Amino acid sequence: MKINSRKRLPVLLPRAKSPREMYLAKRRNDKITTVLFQAGLLVLLLGLWELAARLEWIDSFITSCPSRVVAVLGTIDVKDLFVHIAYTLLECIVGFLAASALGIMIAVLLWRFNKLRRILEPYIVVLNALPKIALGPIIIIWVGAGAQAIIVMTILICIIVTVISVLNGFTSVDEGKILLLRSMGATKLQVLFKLIFPANVPALVNMLKINVGLAWVGTIMGEYLVSTAGLGYLIIYGSQVFKMDLVMASTVILCLLATVMYLAVAGVERIAKKRYHID
Amino acid sequence: MALLDINHVDVIYQSEKSETEAVRDLTLSVDEGEFIALVGPSGCGKTTLLSMIAGLLTPTHGSVTIDGEPIVASGGNVGYMLQRDNLFEWRTIESNVLLGLSIQKKLTGETKKYATDMLDKYGLGEFKNAFPAQLSGGMRQRAALIRTLAFKPRLLLLDEPFSAVDFQTRMKVCDDVHSIIKNENKTAVLVTHDISEAVSMADRIVVLTKRPATVKTVFDIDIEADTPLKRRESPRFSYWFDRVWKEVSL
Repeated sequence: MKINSRKRLPVLLPRAKSPREMYLAKRRNDKITTVLFQAGLLVLLLGLWELAARLEWIDSFITSCPSRVVAVLGTIDVKDLFVHIAYTLLECIVGFLAASALGIMIAVLLWRFNKLRRILEPYIVVLNALPKIALGPIIIIWVGAGAQAIIVMTILICIIVTVISVLNGFTSVDEGKILLLRSMGATKLQVLFKLIFPANVPALVNMLKINVGLAWVGTIMGEYLVSTAGLGYLIIYGSQVFKMDLVMASTVILCLLATVMYLAVAGVERIAKKRYHID
Repeated sequence: MALLDINHVDVIYQSEKSETEAVRDLTLSVDEGEFIALVGPSGCGKTTLLSMIAGLLTPTHGSVTIDGEPIVASGGNVGYMLQRDNLFEWRTIESNVLLGLSIQKKLTGETKKYATDMLDKYGLGEFKNAFPAQLSGGMRQRAALIRTLAFKPRLLLLDEPFSAVDFQTRMKVCDDVHSIIKNENKTAVLVTHDISEAVSMADRIVVLTKRPATVKTVFDIDIEADTPLKRRESPRFSYWFDRVWKEVSL
């Protein structure tokens, strides 16, 4: 009899949930609904766009529409498309890495030599204020029209911000810790490697995240100015021959690539935070 | 011969606006194994004095010597313990404690054992692989002291080492630090604005004048008790507290 009632009880009366379980269930539901709404919004926007084009509320020759974008992606030669993607990706990654590395090196020099920092300060301010895109024609004449010009443009756009933000992180390291190392007889180089770099892991990672965005600006701007291949080239070419489908398709691919690169840097961030025990 | 000799030292700071005389004609010597406390009105240049003893600042006039040799920071003769523990958050406790040894390129099996043995001896053995954020304030301060002792400095400088610890743990940390220093037979110079702390820890109290700092009075504290907590309970404690307090505020 007892066993019987015990067996039946859960069916009749669902066991009361503990507050912890209720909290976790609520959290899970929140997450699920957020993702559903995010996906729903995308579907809604795409659907509306498609619908508006089909019902001719808008002129799909000018605005394109999802089905036409998919169609145009089908007609482009895959090998051709990959060449364009490879160009843009390579320019962007090379520019990003070079700007980050050079920027850190310059910041180290400016941190190490106070005098140099004071001398160069006004130059950095002016370079920071200058819209780097204005240097485009000069870059093309100096390094030639091609991928190298685009890489230089990318580096120029990223490097000044890198130097400023990294140097700012370097100089705001706790004075007490520097004093401690100096009292142990540390050289400047030891202070750099034992303290300045590890203490600035969050600042360096942040800089990488900012640079990912800026590197794409530099690359696409560069391709608008001068290029024979790449997604920026496809966008410019598409707009000039009024193939809006091509423009939209290229933009979508660009969107995906930028997201992937950002996620890669976010991955680096996670690893660095774990390694250096940053909450 | 005294371990530390400060001989007719003047320190004058230059800045754009003015010239500041921080220390004037200060003479002081500290013997091996002594525990000295420097007290004085706030802003009297106590920290300047410590920086000078640590070899981070050269006096304008006069000399500072340890075992008769002029002090340099790279000598590794002086261990400096600052107000905050300044443990590096990204290093484990063990790796924090070995910092000085690795800076001075003295990290060998033997020196490492000396340092980790001290961690065991003073109750941090099981936290060797923990990170500073996982330790309480008192434990962090103990780790900071062991880091300072690990490279066997001849002289310890303590710059208000308990001011960042909350009052509850302060007495306990004070006791811990004192017993570790006495146990390891180290010479120490403590800078503090807390007179009761000075009276409870020091063998000798040096009262400094307000800026420019110079030695005003030296008291030999004769309380017969071996730990700061027991000293606080001694009847002589309030007598000395009173005398030092009057001398500082006069």
